[in-house]
Amino acid sequence: MVAALETYGPQLLEGFRTTVALVVLAMLGGFLVAIPLAAARFSRRRALRGLAHAYSWLFRGTPVLAQLFFVYYGAGQFRAELAQFGLWTWFRDPFFCAALTFALNSASYQSEILHGAIRDVPKAQRDAAHALGLSRWACFRAIILPQAALIAMRPLGNELILTVKASAIASVVTVLDLMGVTRMIYGRTFDLGIFIWAAAVYLVIVEAVRHLIAVAERRLARHLHLDDRRDRRKTGRKAPQNGLPLSTRG
Amino acid sequence: MPMEELFRLLSFGPDGWGDQILAGTWLTIRLALVSAPAGFVLALLLAYGRDRGSAPVRFLGEAFVTVFRGLPELLTIFIIYYGAQMALTEGLAVLGLAPIEIGQFAAGALALTCVFAAFAADVLLASLRYASGEPADAARALGLKPLHICLFIELPLMLRHALPGLSNLWLALIRDTSLVSVIALVELTRASRLAAAATREPFLFYGIACLIYLALSLISAFGLARLQRLVRRGIEEPR
Repeated sequence: MVAALETYGPQLLEGFRTTVALVVLAMLGGFLVAIPLAAARFSRRRALRGLAHAYSWLFRGTPVLAQLFFVYYGAGQFRAELAQFGLWTWFRDPFFCAALTFALNSASYQSEILHGAIRDVPKAQRDAAHALGLSRWACFRAIILPQAALIAMRPLGNELILTVKASAIASVVTVLDLMGVTRMIYGRTFDLGIFIWAAAVYLVIVEAVRHLIAVAERRLARHLHLDDRRDRRKTGRKAPQNGLPLSTRG
Repeated sequence: MPMEELFRLLSFGPDGWGDQILAGTWLTIRLALVSAPAGFVLALLLAYGRDRGSAPVRFLGEAFVTVFRGLPELLTIFIIYYGAQMALTEGLAVLGLAPIEIGQFAAGALALTCVFAAFAADVLLASLRYASGEPADAARALGLKPLHICLFIELPLMLRHALPGLSNLWLALIRDTSLVSVIALVELTRASRLAAAATREPFLFYGIACLIYLALSLISAFGLARLQRLVRRGIEEPR
């Protein structure tokens, strides 16, 4: 088992790098798409709200593996059209397709988190800001955003963990991420030990992120005396809205 | 693509892929229907074990949850599929018996059960802590026996409290079933993959697979919302 690590260590490290790249692209890309989606949920236009809702359902109601197949293999069918716009070189690349799919998928979860966090800031805060004569933007930036950021912290950390776990799915379309390298090595050696090594790496990543989030949250919320149960209830995260889970990803 | 062509591809019978897709959908549903109850029972044991078990029991429960909550589901499926097969073959060899093939369905369902149980154990533990607080204290003050407190006070309160969390896990389970396609189980995703490869119409077949998953999710969410209303009948909504 240790011998396998010596032989395949460099490849596993390379796979680990690919996994990190996938996760960073998915989270950042997802965040950028999530901002307009969350904003649309507060829009006065019904059509805009409906569109954001539909996006959310579409991505959270289907497995990410099916989405990835749809993008990766589905794009192949439109090769000529994509080539016309110079996009074919991108869609031919499984890494790009995986990063794109994960980002669009994560955007639906992140938009739910952002929307919930902003909505859960007590309305009295908004009223107070209005009474002080703050403009809408000033109120959002100085009053709502800092509080919403704190509420969103834990679920966003959770989403990061889920993205790390979901990134393993990229290996199904031949991306050589940590999971992909592991599968390749198993295919050559039939040594189950390699799966155990990969499992250890994933567990270390996930547990490290979990602890970092807890520490960061305690630090950011230290003025709120989170040990007090009543305060915890006020800032604690609400159950995800409209049914679909923020838990595991298929 | 002309309409007739579309209908031909999706028709039932030798020309179309309708029956294969339908069979795949049915396998997806069966996987979820087997894994959820098994995972729920396991999660209940884990929750009680982590709450009131002895130190080694608590440690084992904690380890189970940490591992299956933290591993990518894909890796869990591989480890259980190959690992369980190897363990069984070697175990039988020690006993001098011929090897038995673990079915892909059994391995896939076992993996999904473990993942479901790990997440559900967290949900149920939180609900157990809620139910075994003031309500259980009140029951004790009234002189109820410990078994009766567990059966008539804790469990019902716990299930009602845990329902939203468990609903989310059921929806996640439906999506997770797609991952067992990697061990060559022909559920909805793999059936679509076979159809897409044979007809060179990936856009159509993966699109249809996504729509079927979406329909399963929406129907489940609707049913679960009704169940939620049923179990919360006569209870004042919080806030």
